[in-house]
Amino acid sequence: MPALMPAISFQNVTKTYAGGSVKALDDVTFDIQPGEFFGLLGPNGAGKTTLISILAGLTRASGGRVAVHGHDVVDDYAAARRSLGIVPQELVFDPFFSVREALRIQSGYFGVHRNDDWIDELLAHLGLADKAEANMRQLSGGMKRRVLVAQALVHKPPVIVLDEPTAGVDVELRQTLWQFVARLNKQGHTVLLTTHYLEEAEALCGRIAMLKLGRVVALDRTSALLAGTASTMLRFKTDDALPPAVQAAARVTGRIVQVKAHDAAEVESLLAALRQAGVRVEDLEIGRADLEDVFLEIMQGDAPQVAA
Amino acid sequence: MIGVLSGARTLLYKEVLRFWKVSFQTVAAPVLTAMLYLLIFGHVLEDHVKVYDDVGYTSFLVPGLVMMSVLQNAFANSSSSLIQSKITGNLVFLLVAPLSHWAWFVAYVGASMVRGLVVGSGVLAVTLWFAPLRLVEPGWIVVFAFLGAGMLGSLGLVAGLWAEKFDQMAGFQNFVIMPMTFLSGVFYSVHTLPAFWQALSHLNPFFYMIDGFRRGFFGVSDVSPWTSLAVVGTSSVGVAALALNLLRIGYKIRH
Repeated sequence: MPALMPAISFQNVTKTYAGGSVKALDDVTFDIQPGEFFGLLGPNGAGKTTLISILAGLTRASGGRVAVHGHDVVDDYAAARRSLGIVPQELVFDPFFSVREALRIQSGYFGVHRNDDWIDELLAHLGLADKAEANMRQLSGGMKRRVLVAQALVHKPPVIVLDEPTAGVDVELRQTLWQFVARLNKQGHTVLLTTHYLEEAEALCGRIAMLKLGRVVALDRTSALLAGTASTMLRFKTDDALPPAVQAAARVTGRIVQVKAHDAAEVESLLAALRQAGVRVEDLEIGRADLEDVFLEIMQGDAPQVAA
Repeated sequence: MIGVLSGARTLLYKEVLRFWKVSFQTVAAPVLTAMLYLLIFGHVLEDHVKVYDDVGYTSFLVPGLVMMSVLQNAFANSSSSLIQSKITGNLVFLLVAPLSHWAWFVAYVGASMVRGLVVGSGVLAVTLWFAPLRLVEPGWIVVFAFLGAGMLGSLGLVAGLWAEKFDQMAGFQNFVIMPMTFLSGVFYSVHTLPAFWQALSHLNPFFYMIDGFRRGFFGVSDVSPWTSLAVVGTSSVGVAALALNLLRIGYKIRH
């Protein structure tokens, strides 16, 4: 059986700035298969947005090849872009037009005209039906974000790219958006997501790539990434100073302390150290490591974890 | 071929709709400005300046003002649209679309021509109250109006791609477009200038646009309309080629 044509293919993608002295992307290679919900994670400056900009044609790679459904994004840009719907990270809009006009215009750029039925469906699904005739300037930030999503989907692209779409948006929009995108994914659309909210990536993405300083440092199924790390986390709250040994191993966020523990004996010794130091512990729980733990472990380490 | 032509058509429609939605500023205001020029200069100079024997100064002024309005508004349309989209970031909607550099060119320049010609027609219509209209060789009016609007629409595209902030765009407009427009014989015949300024005027393509355009109204001009056509035609092709090439390489818009 012949291999499926990847929905998105990054092959040895490199991007350098300042005459080659700054490497934003360094030999990035991976494929995303049709129908996948794929997460692209990494800290600020890791190269996520640069990679997506190259995919969208906003930036040109210094080396390598990027293709969408087999169409090279430079040599066959028109076919590649027709297959892509990009939700940009920045909250941008054209202040001259209403929501419906903006959607009709965006659709027309792709050669798709008279598709008001689909536009109405998009507006309804994204909670924008009563804003269709409103000028873009009159919308709140969350509403503008919804319009950006609608604009990306207005020409019915098979591949949807969301570049941190939930940054700074309220819980209700986040839920609406994910329900909608998850449904599109079930219908066969490929989704590539970058996000800072790791719980979103864990809940939604079947496979994840992690970028660090322009290089792929992890690429695997989400479940495999979670299974491959220290499996237990000790979490508690305290107002007291931690003993030095615990402090060195802990991740502290305000009153919340999280410490990695490989087995029950390690949990016991940690608790003993806390008791001995007189630390008053509240809301103690022992849980499975989540994607945030995996992310931090990988970002702090040197060795790439890339599945074959 | 789906998308190539219809995409350009949509962008042309969007660009026309953009200026039409603020037509008070983009159409009515320049018509009013041109009318004020005509009232003031015509009133002050009517009895003092005689350029052609059988043409009053106010009548002489009309074609120059019409062409000046065409040129300035054609330039303003593409340049302001592009710089606004670049600075506000909404150019991304176009950059992710499957539009060729030809589609961008046709749409931006086409919309600029529409605005330039609409404003020029408005100025002409308003000035009918102040000076009798003569159309001795109307073909030249159409030729130079279209060529001038097209060339300035292309130049606006170049400026819009080049400028990274509004200050640079204002500089281009005030230090390049305005002097070239005002020193092109809108308000006078270059034959009345000293030899040096006359020679300098002949290096300005805007002079040929206005001289050729005026020829269509009065049947007389400072230079042959064919010479003007050659200069304006060559300049237009040159600027269009530059604009197309900048679009093709994604100058300052694709990094």
